[in-house]
Amino acid sequence: MNPPATRNVPTPTTETAEFWAATRRHELLLQRCACCGHHQFYPRVLCTACAATDLCWVQAKGQGTVRSFTVVHRAVSAAYAAQCPFVLALIALDEGPTMMSTLTDCRPDEIAIGLRVNVMFEDWPEGVTLPVFSPVEHT
Amino acid sequence: MTRALSGRAAIVGAADTAVGVLPQRSATALTIDAILRALADAGIGKDAVDGLVTCNSFAEPRLYHAETIAEYLQISPRYCTTLASGGSTILAAVYQAAMAIAAGACHTVVIASADSLRSGLSRTAAMALQASTGHPQFEIPYGAPVAAHYALIARAYMHEFGVTSEQLAAVAVSARGHAERNPAAQMRAPLSIGEVLASSMIADPLHLLDCSLVSDGGAAIVLTASERAQDFAQRPVYLLGAGVGHGHEHISQAHDLTTSAAVESGRRAYAMAGVAAHQMDFAELYDCFTPVVLIELEDLGFCTKGEAGAFVAAGHTAPGGRLPVNTHGGLLSHCHPGHPGSMFALTEAVHQLRGSAAQRQLARANLGLVHGLGGVMSSHCTLILGREQRS
Repeated sequence: MNPPATRNVPTPTTETAEFWAATRRHELLLQRCACCGHHQFYPRVLCTACAATDLCWVQAKGQGTVRSFTVVHRAVSAAYAAQCPFVLALIALDEGPTMMSTLTDCRPDEIAIGLRVNVMFEDWPEGVTLPVFSPVEHT
Repeated sequence: MTRALSGRAAIVGAADTAVGVLPQRSATALTIDAILRALADAGIGKDAVDGLVTCNSFAEPRLYHAETIAEYLQISPRYCTTLASGGSTILAAVYQAAMAIAAGACHTVVIASADSLRSGLSRTAAMALQASTGHPQFEIPYGAPVAAHYALIARAYMHEFGVTSEQLAAVAVSARGHAERNPAAQMRAPLSIGEVLASSMIADPLHLLDCSLVSDGGAAIVLTASERAQDFAQRPVYLLGAGVGHGHEHISQAHDLTTSAAVESGRRAYAMAGVAAHQMDFAELYDCFTPVVLIELEDLGFCTKGEAGAFVAAGHTAPGGRLPVNTHGGLLSHCHPGHPGSMFALTEAVHQLRGSAAQRQLARANLGLVHGLGGVMSSHCTLILGREQRS
């Protein structure tokens, strides 16, 4: 007998706690290097551009462009099966970094590489909020 | 000194277990079976082994995997290590074992990998383990299988170069053409482009038959110093070039979705061997999903960027083609037990270069390239093997 399928809930670490606390407030944070101004994602203890460790959190504009996408017909587990088919995408944020996310409130046939998207927030009953994206004209 | 390792080590034993669906065999038992077969092929006993490199198993993971296998065999190798770089592990193991041999750390190394991905794990567990290459906080929570991560690459590649689904399908058809000539292959029934396109969609644009198999099985090789190679039963196959390359681990961190670090691993391997892509008689390329083969053909210098789809669709990688690719049937049609995947590409290259590949033997097989990758186009290793010690 298999245990009931559960979604894969992200577990914040010391580097990422601020990011996940912000998504609960429906804010998308990025790290910005205080020395060179480089924006980065995922959160780290050093700037990937200049290796400085003086990093601050800034609010992202929340806009980006679809770099690639796929319509997923077979989810990784039963916990995600009900949402199939869903759109997995790589979003290039206007600040520079790329995030993996899902696209909501859209038909698969309207999605294309280069589509402009806005961040949305998906509150999970497990007590975490995931950033997701939606086409700009829908928001 | 980039050429210092070229020709210093040779493969003198190579063997596969049965592959496919093997519910009666544990991952550990398959590993031991592979090792015993490779030792028999080399004509040596287990006490002649003073180096052991393994890759961990998904079905029977061990904290000290190589040591566990050594204990099981009751051998005490002076070089004993477990490597982990996904689908490139076995090729990286050959590179590292050759360095250990050249440094005098050991003389005769067994490299082995087997797993029971099909029978030793539930389908859900196998899918979760394969998807665990994703970032635990920023990718895995979105619930996509590893096929979807590769589909992101496929979509970007098709968009950038105008490659079609038919051209992706031609990769699977080419592999099946080779597998039809390999009695050991898991899938041997003739396959058409139409059948690939009609198979169920997994993660658009990847159909079920654009995806590799899920299998049980394993293989092992014996690597030794070239000056000792004549003491073994088989004609030696020489390691002429090796190179690794990596640009990211997680696909969302990839600097480029359509050009991979196979460019670097290939360039380093060619430089060590002192050869170029056009001199290869065949290539065994990592084919976990069909678009990967197209990107590898380009990044390893066999085609210019964007041309590989037409190259494969024209039949150049199929049996009788200009550059036969995956002459055993590859991960798409021979078998794919997970980490051991590249083992079969390696043992196939050895058979082709020895001239012992039976009905699938190529007319000309003096130089061959083997490429493996782990993660999502993440960790690359390229080997160049030859019949002669000097290229």
